[in-house]
Amino acid sequence: MTTEIAVDVDSINKPYWDGLKQGQLFYQACQCGHHWLPPSRHCPACLNENVTWQQASGEATVVSWVVYHVAYNPEFKDRLPYNVAIVRLREGPQLITNIEGDTQRLAVGETVRLKVDLGLEQPLARFSI
Amino acid sequence: MGAQMMRGKYVIAGIGNTAFGKLGLDTVTLNVMACKAALEDAGVDKVDVDALLLKTPTSAKEILYGQKVAQAMGMQPRWGGAWDQGGAANLTLINIAMMAIETGQCEIALVSYADNPRSGNRQVYGRPRGNDAAYGWFSTAAGYGMIHRAHVAQYQTDPRAFGEFAIAVRKHGAQNPNAQLQKAISMDDYLASAWVVDPLRRDDCCLVSDGAAAVVVMSAEKARQLQVREPVPILGIGGAQESYDVHLRPCLTTTQAARSAKLAFEMAGVKPADISVAQIYDCFTITGLMTLEDYGFCDKGGVYEFVRDGQIQHGGRLPVNTSGGLLSETGTPGLPLVLEAVRQVRGSANLQVPDVRYSLVSNQGGTMHTHATMILGA
Repeated sequence: MTTEIAVDVDSINKPYWDGLKQGQLFYQACQCGHHWLPPSRHCPACLNENVTWQQASGEATVVSWVVYHVAYNPEFKDRLPYNVAIVRLREGPQLITNIEGDTQRLAVGETVRLKVDLGLEQPLARFSI
Repeated sequence: MGAQMMRGKYVIAGIGNTAFGKLGLDTVTLNVMACKAALEDAGVDKVDVDALLLKTPTSAKEILYGQKVAQAMGMQPRWGGAWDQGGAANLTLINIAMMAIETGQCEIALVSYADNPRSGNRQVYGRPRGNDAAYGWFSTAAGYGMIHRAHVAQYQTDPRAFGEFAIAVRKHGAQNPNAQLQKAISMDDYLASAWVVDPLRRDDCCLVSDGAAAVVVMSAEKARQLQVREPVPILGIGGAQESYDVHLRPCLTTTQAARSAKLAFEMAGVKPADISVAQIYDCFTITGLMTLEDYGFCDKGGVYEFVRDGQIQHGGRLPVNTSGGLLSETGTPGLPLVLEAVRQVRGSANLQVPDVRYSLVSNQGGTMHTHATMILGA
């Protein structure tokens, strides 16, 4: 599953995308106890700027998913049908991803594991069931 | 001052709309057409309008859009501008008009919305969602698909619940000569309808339409002074918003509709069981079903029992979207539902419900990001 959709890397989210190049998924954490993605300059809970990065265990649960039967972008035309899922990391943050493996078993609440797709110019945080 | 003091103090004095479908006209022109019709219906001269409040067109956002429409109308309203809140903006603008009149900032407000994604640009509905587009995360439909799936998973929602909603609305639209899509469907048709973004089928999704609608808002007292023919009192109005993107929400199966409706019902002093007819925002069938639940017409997860066997069809216990809603009349969000809610109180609806006492309308925007509720009454 390849894609040519370029991501917009900036000074705030660069550690996130650099981490994936090393096969690691990072999320942000604040001393107030909040954990989140996508990356931001301030903690969305307390607006503190003292934000740190933590590495995710890679364990997550499926919150929901959809299967595209139409391509809204030509890059995805040959991939139809493909899934996009929302997963919740064990540490709390939620993110958009794709689920690979035996997708017949896909279900809300199912446990999935991080499988960074390193075969791309910008690796992506995919998960496998 | 409590919201209850506003009950019945303001009215919808006039309504107007264009045809719906593929019109090949720009949004400014469409707004002028709807505004002209609404002013004629209210019997109000444009020079007496001192607020022109617009929802931004989804298909092409521009700066100073409200002023552009005012110029095309040949108006110099004291108040004006364009509000961006998705489909809830229509009711929010009526709410803002009431507040502005209450505080003496204006006397007569025109609220209008036009869009032309059918003949113009509809890319907004298939747009990439930031960096998540790399995963294939595109479109408005997919976000609603996530919510639809989560609802089915949590409540084992019967697929026929979605079908019942689509069948009722399409049946009503088929009887509306101004509806863009006049084609009724059966449960078999619904269940055989092609996937767009599974779990959403073609028949779960609203239309893409050109069109416009407008309303005139003023105080009941002003309407008496001007001898407005058919003013319809606003008994309750409320709004609420979620703000977070779908994938960041702690729970996908609760919406802000409950908070929005609570204020509107309290202001009007009525309960869900008192409502005679409802125009429920139906960009997707899941939106309609979850709004019915969150408004308290039935328990969470109990919507199939509420909608089954034609209970939300004309003649049923709560007729819903009697002009065809977004699934059948027009995908132009929000204001056409308000117009039908007004017609039901006036007794001039195409599929008129007998003895309408309370007529409810919901608006919502984004991917259930924003919500607004209004209750009109005889």
